[in-house]
Amino acid sequence: MLKVSQPVKRILVPLISIFLGFLVGAIVMLIFSYSPIQAYASMFQGALGSMSGIGETLRQATPLIFTALGFSVAYSAGFFNIGMSGQALAGWVASIWVALAFPSLPTYVLLPLAIIVGALAGGFVGAIPGVLRAFFGTSEVIVTIMLNYVVLYTSTYLLQNVMPKSFRSSTDSTQTITSHASLRMGWLQNAFGGSRINAGLFLALIAIIIFWIMMKKTTLGFEIRSVGMNPFASEYAGMSSKKTIIMSMVISGVLSGLGGVVEGLGTYQNFFTQTSSLSIGFDGMSVALLGGGSALGILLASLLFSILKIGGLGMQTGAGVPFEIVNIVIAAIIFFVAIDYVIGLLFKQKKAKDADAGAKPEQVIHQPKGGTEV
Amino acid sequence: MTKSEYVVEMRKITKDFGGFKANDQVDLKVKPGEIHALLGENGAGKSTLMNILSGLLEPTSGEILLNGEPVKIDSPTAANRLGIGMVHQHFMLVDAFTVTENIILGNEPSHLGVIDRKKAEKEIKELSDKYGLAVDPTAKVRDISVGMQQRAEILKTLYRGANILIFDEPTAVLTPQEIEELIEIMKSLVAEGKSIILITHKLDEIRHAADRCTVIRRGKSIDTVEVKGTTSEELAEMMVGHSVTFKIPKAPAQIGTPILNVKGLKVNESRGLPAVKGIDFTVHAGEILGIAGIDGNGQTELIEALTGLRKVVGGAVVIKGKDVTNAAVRKITETGVAHVPEDRQKYGLVLQMSLSENLALQTYYQAPISHHGILNYHEMRQEALRLIKEYDIRTTNEQLRAGELSGGNQQKAIVARELDRNADLVIVAQPTRGLDVGAIEYIHRQLIDQRDQGKAILLVSFELDEIMNLSDRIIVLHDGKIAGEVRPETTTEQELGLLMAGSSKQAAAQEVK
Ligand SMILES: Nc1ncnc2c1ncn2[C@@H]1O[C@H](COP(=O)(O)OP(=O)(O)OP(=O)(O)O)[C@@H](O)[C@H]1O
Ligand SMILES: [Mg+2]
Repeated sequence: MLKVSQPVKRILVPLISIFLGFLVGAIVMLIFSYSPIQAYASMFQGALGSMSGIGETLRQATPLIFTALGFSVAYSAGFFNIGMSGQALAGWVASIWVALAFPSLPTYVLLPLAIIVGALAGGFVGAIPGVLRAFFGTSEVIVTIMLNYVVLYTSTYLLQNVMPKSFRSSTDSTQTITSHASLRMGWLQNAFGGSRINAGLFLALIAIIIFWIMMKKTTLGFEIRSVGMNPFASEYAGMSSKKTIIMSMVISGVLSGLGGVVEGLGTYQNFFTQTSSLSIGFDGMSVALLGGGSALGILLASLLFSILKIGGLGMQTGAGVPFEIVNIVIAAIIFFVAIDYVIGLLFKQKKAKDADAGAKPEQVIHQPKGGTEV
Repeated sequence: MTKSEYVVEMRKITKDFGGFKANDQVDLKVKPGEIHALLGENGAGKSTLMNILSGLLEPTSGEILLNGEPVKIDSPTAANRLGIGMVHQHFMLVDAFTVTENIILGNEPSHLGVIDRKKAEKEIKELSDKYGLAVDPTAKVRDISVGMQQRAEILKTLYRGANILIFDEPTAVLTPQEIEELIEIMKSLVAEGKSIILITHKLDEIRHAADRCTVIRRGKSIDTVEVKGTTSEELAEMMVGHSVTFKIPKAPAQIGTPILNVKGLKVNESRGLPAVKGIDFTVHAGEILGIAGIDGNGQTELIEALTGLRKVVGGAVVIKGKDVTNAAVRKITETGVAHVPEDRQKYGLVLQMSLSENLALQTYYQAPISHHGILNYHEMRQEALRLIKEYDIRTTNEQLRAGELSGGNQQKAIVARELDRNADLVIVAQPTRGLDVGAIEYIHRQLIDQRDQGKAILLVSFELDEIMNLSDRIIVLHDGKIAGEVRPETTTEQELGLLMAGSSKQAAAQEVK
């Protein structure tokens, strides 16, 4: 056992986790007789080897930052939001709808309007499980999972049956939005080799800062953390746990909705029939958990995640590793980062108790009522 | 086995929590077959020392000998193997499990991988009968009383073959009746040759139960004395380092205007059954109204209803002329109410938050701690440091998690937060549970000061001493109704006891004569 101090441990543990993940991935590839070195080389080549690769990686990270922040806010209040896919999808559809309905409004009106409507749509879908839990004690896990399906099929129905025909280019997709509603910026795309990187990235960075300020510096963040850790004491202190849970779910939904907005107004420029729940919803959970719920952690984890995703494509084309193996490798890395708790046990912490005491209150994510460490 | 005079010998134990020595060269020697009391102020390091003995904490230095043999106790399992069992200050039972399931948790007796519950139940029943514990092994923990839960904890240690039992403040949560029974149980355990280490703040319990007593002050061992031949005053003085007043002198009450009016109040308990069945009383400025009664006669529900935590189903609560029946908690608080809740860990504190955040729990949304929803952590810390100093909360620093404060200091933190708000109505439930005599004296003084400043004080306590010493008037609650109102000068503990048991006032007065 190694003796290290707490700050060192906090950096070392994720690094070792990532390393172990890559190691297991390499073993898997060896078993199926692919060259890990070649595969990882093409992974990093794909994700970071060119300006357009870097652009795509940043583009991929953008919605993940939003959904991860959304997950963290709800999680701090003791709420497990699995419904981010649906909330993001609602944001995506709503923003595209607005963009197509008023195509000729000037950018400074249309773009904010589309973004806000998308955010509100996400917030609305997020509010539903919040209200149900606050007033009827319904388990949010089931409600949010079910709402993912509701939103998924509703989005297809809206696209195919409710949207004016003129909005559509085919039965399965809408027209492309006008530049007035687009988050793309010519200079940015040019700087990054024509990738789909867009101004959503700046919005995401702003969101990280706002999230940090909200959780650490505001009374609302104080209430969210307090209710998440001890709802009884919070009620005693005059906080309304109902109000706080609903608020945190609305904020979570708004952030997830923005994740969908940047997909719509930034990445794809239209909406098309989705056959399954949006992966950014689930990946956002992983990112939040990997990032330990802290603002900086989420930023780094979202980058790692998108390197794996974008680089994974490179692995297929560059090293001929089939998609399935790529996913195993990605999963192995996530697995090891996620069980960093176990890896943390390798270190015998100096002054375990007090170092911990200093660190915990600063953290946004905690274990709700003796839950397991993630 | 080397014969030694002592079963347990802890030598020069030091425990350093990041620069703060919770134990500093502490010595403790326990003889076989004795009840050995451990006495010390809140935060003196008693729980820490016992956590070391039971393998939960590792000492920074020092050694432990069992029957003269040096041992290494590096985990609770190791402690179990060595025959050491601990009944904790805060119980460690799983609510939804039965007593048996809780007891066998972790070392389930099994037959071919199937848990042999019947066998375990039978063994536990036998153990329970042997020591007169009367625990039903098949009952779910959440359905049995606190006293019974504690006995389940005792059974757990016995079932695992404990020879040395540690009780950390076992009586803080018990009724006087249960305390007597517990002392009997402990005596029958030592009669069987077991040894007991007992932590308690109640000096008469030590005098009742213990053979010898070791006193710890601020992490250092002061002395070990024979209990026979030592007075409570001597023990208290050894513990705090100066003499302690048990009964605080107070001037006659200057009764002012009514602050709290309760009219025909009806409240239900959680299962929907009536708990408070229509009661009326008034608390005036400048007086302490004590509510006496055996636990479970509606006190908890009454207080929760007064402070907005529980719905009122009938009647009215009026504070300073304002009807606050079923008002929101914050509205009631802002009307001028301070509340020291009965359950400090569930309601009083957010254990994972820092002490300074906990001290700001009622004021975080107001200036100077926040402006327009933005918190000022610097101000929050300054406030916390002031309260820590003023109310003598023993802590390493204001950023320590509340859960890491000693039990008594958690209580002091709540009292500090509540009394400091200068509220006109102060509602306190079990304010001194788990506090050392010095801290009790301090809090009693605070309450009397508040009274003398013209505050109205409603005091709920199961401790008759406390009620008798502090109250200007006493009402006795029995079965959700007021069984009688008495004055401390003219009543006796005996009369109170009868009222608490449900006799009418006349009958009680008769009997006392
Ligand atoms: N994990 C920890 N980190 C830092 N300090 C701690 C920790 N645990 C306990 N302490 C400190 O050590 C001191 C002794 O605590 P301990 O719980 O042993 O007191 P105690 O004698 O049992 O008091 P009480 O009668 O109030 O229960 C306290 O000041 C407490 O704040
Ligand atoms: Mg203690």
